[in-house]
Amino acid sequence: MTDISAPRPSITPATPFVSTAFHEPQPAPVATRGPILWARQHLFGSVPQVLLTLFGIWLLYVTVPPLIKFFLIDAVWTGTNRDACLAEKLGRPVGACWPFIWAKLDQLIYGFYPASERWRVNVVYWLGAILLLPLLIQSLPYKRLNAILFFGVYPVVAFVLLTGGNLDLQRFVLGWLGVDFSTIGGAQGLRIGFWIDYVLSTVLLTAIAYGISRFLAGPEGGRSAAQTTLSVLGVLAVVLLAVDIDTGLPQVETRLWGGLLVTLVIAVTGITVSLPFGILLALGRRSRLPLVKWLCIIFIEFWRGVPLITVLFFATYMLPLFLPGRFTIDGLLRALVGVALFASAYMAEVVRGGLQAIPKGQYEGAMAVGLRSGLMMRLVVLPQALKLVIPGIVNNFIGLFKDTTLVLIVSIFDLLGSMRAAFTDPNWASPTTLFTGFGFAGIIYFVFCFGMSRYSMALEKRLDRAHRH
Amino acid sequence: MSADPIIAADEATAPKIAVEMTGVNKWYGDFHVLRDVNLTVERGERLVICGPSGSGKSTLIRCINRLEEHQKGRIVVDGIELTDDLKRIDEVRREVGMCFQHFNLFPHLTILENCTLAPMWVRKMPKKEAEDLAMHFLEKVKIPHQAHKYPGQLSGGQQQRVAIARALCMRPRIMLFDEPTSALDPEMVKEVLDTMVSLAQDGMTMLCVTHEMGFARQVANRVIFMDAGQIVEMNEPNAFFSNPQHERTKLFLSQILH
Repeated sequence: MTDISAPRPSITPATPFVSTAFHEPQPAPVATRGPILWARQHLFGSVPQVLLTLFGIWLLYVTVPPLIKFFLIDAVWTGTNRDACLAEKLGRPVGACWPFIWAKLDQLIYGFYPASERWRVNVVYWLGAILLLPLLIQSLPYKRLNAILFFGVYPVVAFVLLTGGNLDLQRFVLGWLGVDFSTIGGAQGLRIGFWIDYVLSTVLLTAIAYGISRFLAGPEGGRSAAQTTLSVLGVLAVVLLAVDIDTGLPQVETRLWGGLLVTLVIAVTGITVSLPFGILLALGRRSRLPLVKWLCIIFIEFWRGVPLITVLFFATYMLPLFLPGRFTIDGLLRALVGVALFASAYMAEVVRGGLQAIPKGQYEGAMAVGLRSGLMMRLVVLPQALKLVIPGIVNNFIGLFKDTTLVLIVSIFDLLGSMRAAFTDPNWASPTTLFTGFGFAGIIYFVFCFGMSRYSMALEKRLDRAHRH
Repeated sequence: MSADPIIAADEATAPKIAVEMTGVNKWYGDFHVLRDVNLTVERGERLVICGPSGSGKSTLIRCINRLEEHQKGRIVVDGIELTDDLKRIDEVRREVGMCFQHFNLFPHLTILENCTLAPMWVRKMPKKEAEDLAMHFLEKVKIPHQAHKYPGQLSGGQQQRVAIARALCMRPRIMLFDEPTSALDPEMVKEVLDTMVSLAQDGMTMLCVTHEMGFARQVANRVIFMDAGQIVEMNEPNAFFSNPQHERTKLFLSQILH
């Protein structure tokens, strides 16, 4: 042990290691730039690196040129039937048979949707694109209005346009309780009996909500509960009116839908339902109330534990056996519900991961300024948690988009299903039809999935800039 | 100082006792962290609470805005007794501001948004008014020009001053400080302490868990020493430092005052 109080050598400006002048910052050395240096550092730095670089080049060589040759150089671009794509007729090797795609394009986009009504599908496509794009571009204004239009109004409009609307609504709450007004007729597709039922039910439900909340939380709570019930039922009334009224559009059954239409309907519904529902499930799973917590855990673990194919099979073939005879649900709707619930369970776990990453201090900070738990979650915890799990969320969206192809096994023809149906046309049977079809379907799926992926990366980057730690 | 809006307008009608704790006990599992604590804090008083780590001093002040629940005894804050009743907890939290060791600012919101969040959502203040109020307090803590930055872009000392401004925006009657300078670089301790001193001069009721003894001497009415979940000694600062009564206090002081 040394004695630290012993005299130390005195430090003078001449002592080495002590700087004698203040150093201004200087530019970095130039040699850290330039393409050759970059290549040496990143491609040929060491023996394994050289081997990996060569392997990569070889891999590109064996995959890219043949693909270009097949899909572009050797491809056939015009023709009216299989003869255009036969090598023996053309006298040259034949690649992709694109005329097959052109001939089947309508079927791939609309399925068996009646030709005279396809404009309705087009309107839905365009309306969706017009409403979605400004929602995704951050710099554009009116986000709230835009979101209400896209998430609130658009689904109803799309539903009415695609199905034709004019649902035959018969009974609301009172009807199911046994007070039947459904025999009273009506006009314009509206049944007066149903709407009498609706109005009376609204009064009844509002009164019940007021009574219960007043009992639990006093007059003020009662009033706000009544207001909430009334506004929810009011919005529901507008939605029901829209789908109930006879718009004059011919009905198109969902079994006629197909192709990209079905793929997008299932994917968009699944995506927009699974995120909010997943958030609720994730919050529920972390709830302190044991009943809520356990219900959420059971729900999540059940849906995560069964394969999507089983869910679809069950929903399509077995559910009707359990439901009362007069009660039938549309086939596509059943698949939709199955996919949405399935996706929600997965989403819940992703969101939970984000929630767990939020430090306790954030909760305490929010509580200390007086935020109640609902506001704390909405304003402080969820924005941060969701930002953290954007990669996971988009991962789920992409997985869901591709999982929609599974509906083929319950005889719903999505894009891939329609493609496979098109293969059976003997008019277009050629050696390369199959490859062309799958290649084309692959490109379509890739465009959508890659789009989502890029958007999520841009979103992450933007949010990251906003709150750099 | 009466014109300064830092003190809520209904000051005259407010209860004279800010915090009253009677026989407060708390356990973490089997660990008895607060043992029969009795404490009365009058309006306008500045208390400094010190003690070794694990002595329960943070837990004590966190019980005052119910970030921690006490299991036995009575805590009355600003005339409101803390129970399981969520409404009362909300009322108390609206009147009690708090600053944490790690600031706990919301990293996804700008400095201004951090300050306006609670006034807008809890006090239902219009946005413009909340922003004016926030700017007033940001000026008070001397960082108005950083209002549109994010917390991650500020230094520790600046973040802690924002945290003080954020708490003040709720116009609290009582301010709690939980080791506000412990996580700061030495260079930044002073700017935070200066802010706290000016707050004290404005007449704010303050309870500070801190080891800044200079601050205690300068502003505290009383210094409390805690050990093993109990208040071991309580005295006015001069007497506390120059003439500690209890052995444990003497040992503690000899270790932190070199």
